[in-house]
Amino acid sequence: MADNGDDDYQYRIKEGDCVVLKRGEIFKAVQILPRKKVIFEKQWVFLDNAVGQLYGTTFEILSGGHLKPQELKQSAAAPDAMETGTDNRNIVDDGKSQKLTRDDIEALKEKGLKGQDIIQQLVDNHSTFGDKTEYSQYKYIKKKKKKYENTVMILKPSCRILAMMYHGREPGKICHLRYDTLAQMLTLANIHAGSKVLVFETCAGLVLGSIMERMGGYGSVIQMYPGGGPVRAGVESFGFPAHFHNMLHEFPICHVNALLAGTLDTTAKDPTADNTDEKPLGLAAEKEQNQPEAEEQGSPEEQNMETKTSDDAGQDVEKTEKDRLKEAKAQEKKMKLEEKQKRLAAAAALLEGKNADGLVIASRFHPCPVLLGLLKFLSPSRPFVVYSQYKEPLIECYKKLKERGGTINLRLTDTWLRHYQVLPDRTHPLLLMSGGGGYLLSGTTVAMDHSKPAGSKQAEEPPPKKQKLKDTEG
Amino acid sequence: MERVAVLTMSFVEYSDFIQDGDVAIIYLNHNNVMPVKVQQGAQTQTRYGVIRHSTDLIGQRYGSKVTCSKGWVHVLHPTPELWTVALPHRTQILYTTDIAFITMMLELKPGSIVCESGTGSGSLSHAILRSIAPTGHLHTVEFHQQRAEKVAEEFTEHRVDHLVTVRNQDVCKDGFGVTGVADAVFLDIPSPWDAVRHAKAAMKKQGGRLCSFSPCIEQVQKTCEVLGDQGFEDISTTEVLLREHEVRTVSLPLPDFGPDPDTVGEAPPSAAPNHASITLKTTTLPREMPGHTGYLTFATKPRT
Repeated sequence: MADNGDDDYQYRIKEGDCVVLKRGEIFKAVQILPRKKVIFEKQWVFLDNAVGQLYGTTFEILSGGHLKPQELKQSAAAPDAMETGTDNRNIVDDGKSQKLTRDDIEALKEKGLKGQDIIQQLVDNHSTFGDKTEYSQYKYIKKKKKKYENTVMILKPSCRILAMMYHGREPGKICHLRYDTLAQMLTLANIHAGSKVLVFETCAGLVLGSIMERMGGYGSVIQMYPGGGPVRAGVESFGFPAHFHNMLHEFPICHVNALLAGTLDTTAKDPTADNTDEKPLGLAAEKEQNQPEAEEQGSPEEQNMETKTSDDAGQDVEKTEKDRLKEAKAQEKKMKLEEKQKRLAAAAALLEGKNADGLVIASRFHPCPVLLGLLKFLSPSRPFVVYSQYKEPLIECYKKLKERGGTINLRLTDTWLRHYQVLPDRTHPLLLMSGGGGYLLSGTTVAMDHSKPAGSKQAEEPPPKKQKLKDTEG
Repeated sequence: MERVAVLTMSFVEYSDFIQDGDVAIIYLNHNNVMPVKVQQGAQTQTRYGVIRHSTDLIGQRYGSKVTCSKGWVHVLHPTPELWTVALPHRTQILYTTDIAFITMMLELKPGSIVCESGTGSGSLSHAILRSIAPTGHLHTVEFHQQRAEKVAEEFTEHRVDHLVTVRNQDVCKDGFGVTGVADAVFLDIPSPWDAVRHAKAAMKKQGGRLCSFSPCIEQVQKTCEVLGDQGFEDISTTEVLLREHEVRTVSLPLPDFGPDPDTVGEAPPSAAPNHASITLKTTTLPREMPGHTGYLTFATKPRT
C-alpha cells in the first residue's frame, strides 16, 4: 500500500465508472458514459467533464448541462454582519415583501445567473428581511439555496450511500428495507471476508451488493434466485472491481429440492434452462427485467439490418446473411447455456457440503419456506437473519423454528431511526422520521437433536434466573 | 505470528471444530452466555453442571450440545456479537444495534484503516476487526493503562492481534499515533471535541468518515461545532433504538351476551356458561426497554 506515484489514481472519476450524484439529501446512481444525458433533479446533465476529477468534488451545472468543478470553499461565504430583528411582532404577511416578481426571477435565471447571486437578489429585494431574526434569516436562505443552487456532488458508491438512495427514491423496489435495518442484517449475520454466505433477496441486488462489499472479494456468496434469473441491478451500482464477481455464484431456488434429494443432474442438458423460456406469463415479465441478454437479443440490431438490406437487390445475400446470423445466434445460445450449466454445477458443489457460514433472506416472498429450506445448507453455530416488511410472517417463522429445533438465540426485532437537527440554540429531533423500516428475525444454528422428537422443545430455554456463573478454569 | 489458517478458530475466521486454546461461547439461554478459554484438563462450572474441556469441548463441533449433570448447554463459535453480550465489562460498552449502524455509516470493509478511542472493553473493536480483516488495520487508543493491557491480551487470545495496534495514551493530547492513514475514525470519549483535530490529522488526505458517540446532547452540540470549524462536511446526528418483540400465544376470551332469542328455538341453551375464547400468535414489547444509549454524530472529512 505504498503511497507513491499518482496516489490519487483510485480516487479519480474515470469513464465507465458507476458513480452517485448528490444534491442535498437526494442521491442518484449513474454510470459515466461519454456524451450521455442524465436527468437529475429535473435537470439535464452531461457528465463528461467529471472524468479525471476527484470523487467528492462539487460541480456547478452550467447552461447546456455541462459540469464545472466548483472552487473550493466558496460556498461557505455567508452573508455576514446583517441587520436582524428580535421577534416577529411587526412582521405582517401582506404577500408584498418580495419586490421581485416571478418574471424577474425567471429573467435572472435566463441570464445564467449563479444560484448564489439569485439568492442575494432575493434577499436584497426582500423588504422585511432585516426584521427577521437571525435564525429566521438562516432558514430563509437555506430554503432558497435548496431551490436555486445549481450544483451536484459526485461520490464513489458505497453500501451506505446506495442503501440511503434506494430508501429515499425507490423503497418499493427494496421491500421498504431501511438502511439501518440493512446495517443490522450485515452485522447480525456476521458478514465478513472469507466466509460462504447464502443470500435470497428481491431487493434489486442491494442486499447482495452490500454483502459483497463487506466480504471484499474474499470467500463466496451464493445467490439463491427465484424465476428466470438473479436480479442484480443494484450490484452493478456498486461498481465492484472485476475480481469481486469471481466470488459470486447463483443457484435457482426451484432446484433446491432436487439438490437436497440428491437428484439434481448438473451435467445433462438442463431441462429447466429450456423451461425458463416458456415459463408462465407471470414470470415472463420478471425475466425480461432480470436478463440483460434479453434486451440484447431484442431487436434494434436486427431491425437495423433489415431496413438496410430491404432495398438491396440481392435477396440471396440477405438470406445467407440471415442464416449466418441465425447460426451464430444458435451457437451463442448454446455457449450461454453451457456456461449457465457450468455455473449451476459450481454453485451446487458449494451447496452440497451443507457448510455455509451464513444466511440472509430479504424478499417479497413468504420467508417461512425459504428459511426452512435454506437453513439446511448451514453449518451448526452460524448466524442467519431474515428480513420482512411485515411482522406476522416472522412470527410464523419463529413458531416453525421452535417446532423444528436446530436453532437458538431467536430474536424478533425492529429498529427506530431518529435524526437530529443540531444548531446553536436550535437542537431538536427532526419533525419527520421514518415510520417503519421492516422487521428482522435472527438466530444461530446448532446441531440438530435427533434423539428427541420434534415439538418437545418446550424446555429449551429454562426460566432465566439471574445467577452469577463463574468460569473456574484450571 | 505464524498461524495455520482455517484450522484454528479466530474472531475473524470460522472453523468447524473446537481446539485447545480456542475461546468458545457457552450458550445457557437467551440472556445468559459465557466465554470460556478452552484448555486441556480444565473444567467450567455452569448452573447446569460441570463442563470438562478435554471430553466435552475439544474435538467437538461448534454448535454441539453438551449434556451436563443438571441439563445441557450449546457451545458456539465466537462472533463479535456473542462477545458483546459475553465480555467482562470494564467500562460501559457499545451494543450491537449501535455497532451495526456505525459500521455501515463509517463504510468499514476489508482493507479499511480505522482509528478508535477509547478502546474501553473492546466491544466495538472486535466488530471493527471482523469487518476490516484480513487486510485492514485498527489503531486503538486507550488512556487507562490497565484497560489497554487487558484488551491487548484479549486480542492475542482471540487471534486478531495481527490486525490491531493498542496505544496507551491520551487521544485528546497525543492523538492516535498515526497520521494520514485512516479511512475512518470513531470517538467514544467524554470530550470528543478535543480530539477532532487529531482525528482529522489521522485521516487520509483524500478524506474519510468520522463518528462520535456521546450520551448527552451538550456533548453533541460542542462536537458538531468543532467538526464544522475543522472543515468536516455532511455532519449528521442520529439515534438508533432497538425494539425486541417477544413472540407469544395469547388467548382473548369472548364475552357471553346471554341467550340469543333468534337461536333459542334451534339449539337448547347449554347449561354451563360459555367459556369461548380466541387464541392467536402475537408479539409483546417488554414493559421497559433501553430508551437511549447515545447520539451518533457522523461527518465526512473532505479532501485536504
